[in-house]
Amino acid sequence: MTHLDVELKRLKEEKIEMFDLVISQLNKAKTAFLTMDKALAREVNFNEKRVNALELKIDKDCENIFALFNPVAIDLRFVLAVLKINSNLERIGDIADGISRYVAETEEAFDTELLQVTRLEEMWTTAIEMLTEVQKAFDADDAKLSRGVFKKDDLLDEINGNANDVIEQYIKAHPDKIRQALHIVSAIRKLERTGDQTKNIAEEIIFFLEAKVLKHLSEKAKSE
Amino acid sequence: MNKIETKNVHLYYGDFHALKGISMSIQQNTVTALIGPSGCGKSTYLRLFNRMNDLIDNVRIEGDVLLDGKDIYKKNIGLRIDELRKKVGMVFQKPNPFPKTIFENVAYGLRVNGINHRSFIEERVETSLRQAALWEEVKDKLKKSAFELSGGQQQRLCIARALAIEPSVLLMDEPASALDPISTSKIEELIYELKTKYTIIIVTHNMQQAGRVSDKTAFFYLGDLIEYDDTPVIFTNPKDIRTQSYVTGRFG
Repeated sequence: MTHLDVELKRLKEEKIEMFDLVISQLNKAKTAFLTMDKALAREVNFNEKRVNALELKIDKDCENIFALFNPVAIDLRFVLAVLKINSNLERIGDIADGISRYVAETEEAFDTELLQVTRLEEMWTTAIEMLTEVQKAFDADDAKLSRGVFKKDDLLDEINGNANDVIEQYIKAHPDKIRQALHIVSAIRKLERTGDQTKNIAEEIIFFLEAKVLKHLSEKAKSE
Repeated sequence: MNKIETKNVHLYYGDFHALKGISMSIQQNTVTALIGPSGCGKSTYLRLFNRMNDLIDNVRIEGDVLLDGKDIYKKNIGLRIDELRKKVGMVFQKPNPFPKTIFENVAYGLRVNGINHRSFIEERVETSLRQAALWEEVKDKLKKSAFELSGGQQQRLCIARALAIEPSVLLMDEPASALDPISTSKIEELIYELKTKYTIIIVTHNMQQAGRVSDKTAFFYLGDLIEYDDTPVIFTNPKDIRTQSYVTGRFG
């Protein structure tokens, strides 16, 4: 194993650690949100510092690898991909943090009817599944698995697309719960963003493995 | 612990002031790269540690050069040059094997030190060749002349020769500059592996090489030590503008 291989292996391990941390943040934020667990929400807010610290560490490690080892070909693409995945993961971390703040701000638990009609739990589950799958794809260098998440994102887009109508109806029926409804809308928008961030990560994995640039292509072209 | 330390070392070749008050500490089991343009003093600094500069006429050295805390230039500590060179091995720019067999090249240092025990020598030759990542390539032709080896193999043979007497410090003066890229990367991997056992100081004109192999990097310019820091710092955020100009290739 060359010195560069050792550094790349370490970088990969750090990246997987960051995936673990961000997925755990999303899971905790989900539970905190659905069960109004304020203590758990605070834990997510607290752990956000760890996500940020890990982001900085990985950024620095990438910078050092570029400066010291001048990686080329697949090694270069790997470090570039890790760098971009880093930003995406950090933003997903921010989303978990942001949604957990709604839990802290809201006094009463979210109305179960509201959660049901907005399909929020389904959205959480899908977002977390998508991220877990790209982690597996990253860990196993599996481009096919990466491509799988593009399809899953459709569900998040659909729920997000229906949200305005659903929330409008809910607010008309429950004018006393407007604030809750607004929090739910914000959460839906944020979760939809995690889907996009996760797709970006999947694109980076494919870029690193196959040297294909999928950005700005149609969904059909991406899946091929 | 500091394996090597210099305190305010000045070196003059006649009237020429080649090293201007160099103070630097080198930790045990690290790789330190010395970089800088030609004539900056980096090779002169390297040769302080096995007293190779002593061979040059009109050389004058001031200041302290400590190895394991002892000044190697002080006569009263009773360290003879041959003893010093057992502790401090050196590898040069061009592979310079002796006109002997592969085996005898590695065994040479042991023999001149009065070791004649055959199985001991055989064992040490094999260990040294293995450490130098050459054993697999030469184990069936140990009795062949060293000159039959490729340049890269000859250089690894010279490293094995240096390791055979079990030094604690290894000085390398551009050890890969005469080699092809594959041999160069073999030497670099070797350096990375050897640092678990040795303290290595390497002079290199190849900045990427300094980045790849070293823990610390020292930038010399016109006989001054301009900057000495962790290698990642030197290559990502050097403090001195001259270091930055040099590592980015904009010097002059």
